[in-house]
Amino acid sequence: MNPLTTPVLEVEDLRVRFQRRGEPATLAVDGVSFSVAPGETVGLVGESGCGKSVTSLATMGLLPSRGVQVDGSVRLDGRELLGAGDRTLRKLRGKDMAMVFQDPLSSLNPTVTVGLQVTEVLAQHRGLKGEAAKAEAVDLLDRVGIPDPRRRLGEYPHQLSGGMRQRALIAMALACSPRLLIADEPTTALDVTIQAQILELLRDLVQGSGTALVMITHDLGVVAGLCDRVHVMYAGRIIETAERRDLFARPRHPYTGGLLNSVPRLDSGRGTPLTPIRGSARDTIPWAQGCAFAPRCDSAEDDCLVEVSGSEVDLVTEPGGRELRCRHPLTPAVPTTSPLTPGATS
Amino acid sequence: MTDAGPLLRVEGLQVHFPIKRGVFVDRTVGHVKAVDGVDLTIDRGTTYGLVGESGCGKSTLGRAILRLEEPTAGQVWFDGVDVASLKPEPLRHMRRRMQMVFQDPLGSLDPRQDVESLLAEPLKAHGLGGDKAAISTRLRELLDAVGLPTAALRRYPHEFSGGQRQRIGIARAITVEPDLLIADEPVSALDVSVQAQVLNLLEELQERLGLTYLVIAHDLAVVRHISDVVGVMYLGSLVEQAPADSLYEQPLHPYTRSLMSAVPVPDPVVEDARERILLSGDLPSPADPPSGCRFHTRCPWRQETRCDDEVPVLRELAPGHLVSCHWAEDVRDGRLLPKGPDEVAATQGVSVAATGGRAADDALVGGVDEPISYL
Repeated sequence: MNPLTTPVLEVEDLRVRFQRRGEPATLAVDGVSFSVAPGETVGLVGESGCGKSVTSLATMGLLPSRGVQVDGSVRLDGRELLGAGDRTLRKLRGKDMAMVFQDPLSSLNPTVTVGLQVTEVLAQHRGLKGEAAKAEAVDLLDRVGIPDPRRRLGEYPHQLSGGMRQRALIAMALACSPRLLIADEPTTALDVTIQAQILELLRDLVQGSGTALVMITHDLGVVAGLCDRVHVMYAGRIIETAERRDLFARPRHPYTGGLLNSVPRLDSGRGTPLTPIRGSARDTIPWAQGCAFAPRCDSAEDDCLVEVSGSEVDLVTEPGGRELRCRHPLTPAVPTTSPLTPGATS
Repeated sequence: MTDAGPLLRVEGLQVHFPIKRGVFVDRTVGHVKAVDGVDLTIDRGTTYGLVGESGCGKSTLGRAILRLEEPTAGQVWFDGVDVASLKPEPLRHMRRRMQMVFQDPLGSLDPRQDVESLLAEPLKAHGLGGDKAAISTRLRELLDAVGLPTAALRRYPHEFSGGQRQRIGIARAITVEPDLLIADEPVSALDVSVQAQVLNLLEELQERLGLTYLVIAHDLAVVRHISDVVGVMYLGSLVEQAPADSLYEQPLHPYTRSLMSAVPVPDPVVEDARERILLSGDLPSPADPPSGCRFHTRCPWRQETRCDDEVPVLRELAPGHLVSCHWAEDVRDGRLLPKGPDEVAATQGVSVAATGGRAADDALVGGVDEPISYL
């Protein structure tokens, strides 16, 4: 990515705290920072409960105000969104930034025709009404590959198939050519052949109109084919960031490596051993006590704990742009800066 | 497990669900042919993987084998006995030998029973296990086999993580020492790091207990990982069946090819280089399946008019490699080239223009940037 292009979205030190009465607060997102440039696709990867979806909801200002405390900074084209009023956000959402959710059926209004839901966006943000809005809606549905768009406009969400609904949602998201699109597991509910169609659509969108795309997924295969830069999240924090090819070729955080070793690959035959990660996402410790992944980590040593080392495990930026939050990475840093020494941690 | 021969043989199995209309009188206005004439055999101690997209009938097939769904026609031979015609009581005894693992472990375990009671229930239902002490020993063995601590016995399903719950589901299925285990999407509800744990467990149990598996899944990578033989289903019938490696190395049916080209591989190098065959449109309705070859409405290799009119049968093209496509040899040897998307769209009357300005690349894309040449 050209360093001169200013990012569309900058998220800095985002913290989301859920507070329920009579219960200790949960820090779902704990100091997450990333940015997305025009035409760039950034992936947020992690397993359920790692905070990737909460990050996206906080970015869009979609979290409820009660019982949730959001701190940090979220800037869209340099403009601060956290603390901005509802009216300001409503003007931006759907116009400058849009979101596509995992489950298209529950994000569409079941009692309203698809046509009305698409033209609503057009009326709200572009002042299009009547025939003009309808013509534009037909055009949008056609662009996302919905066959016979004119007829579909009069149909209700339940009459469409899953892939078709997701296309309709994407059409709504594209209605105002947003600068930023956040896609939260957009293909998880779909079959692989339909997933391939939707991913192709997103790929074209980014290449064609320079939209900045944040792709939230648990599927490493989707990331490998789509994202430029990948942030791997664990227990509310980013634990590794790298360019796509670099990350897959040389995962350095034991969690990233563990994920890659535990997915069966289509191109590896029977008997290729899978090495799962021990335990489950429940076996974490708070970051304040040490690396949250340490209880499941094979490389963990005593100094991963705060009480031994005296400091938290920080996210360190290395030359080459890789960021890593680990004291005992799988491979040493980039060979150009420190020559490979035998016996280094592996 | 005495005699040789396959453990399970399914012949011409059909499961049709009637579509009812009417307020006072139920009129049957048609049938959803969920499973429409499937033959398959599973050898002892092996794993058969059944893949297909949602709605292709793979789960119904699995359930019909256990007669959780009544077959409309066809036979299911389990160890030489036709399950499809068994009376209720013999069927109940037979079910001890064929157990099921479900997709959603939370939904398939009674939330008000603790693990001890959940695991002991199948033993008691089949009059196995003996006295209290014997059952207790057996339960401990089971927990040990699936990698759960003994302390789990006193806990309830909601106290466990998804992976642990699936272990309980598996323990429950193997309690009664079955021969056949039908696992319907056993890992699709689990996080990736936990998926591998459960897959490894299934493999380990198979080795230790000599189990035979029918694994139903939509994830082709998972199926390849654990299966000896893989069957691909489309709209109620098998379109291809082959030893796992042979199927993945040389898929012969156009549907299998497109399916495999659609699965993302967690490796950017592979992702950037591979050929993508994008299918146009969605799965047709199983209530009104297309004539002839059921895949012809989405097939990039469709030939006028044989594919529309004539139903292809499963043919053996290589040892153990069955495919139901009229043109499988020509597709394999490259004598037939896939049609361009415009042509598929024009002949089928649907739009495949999924990507605005780059419609020409939609139905078929070779690599990311380079469209492969069309006929």
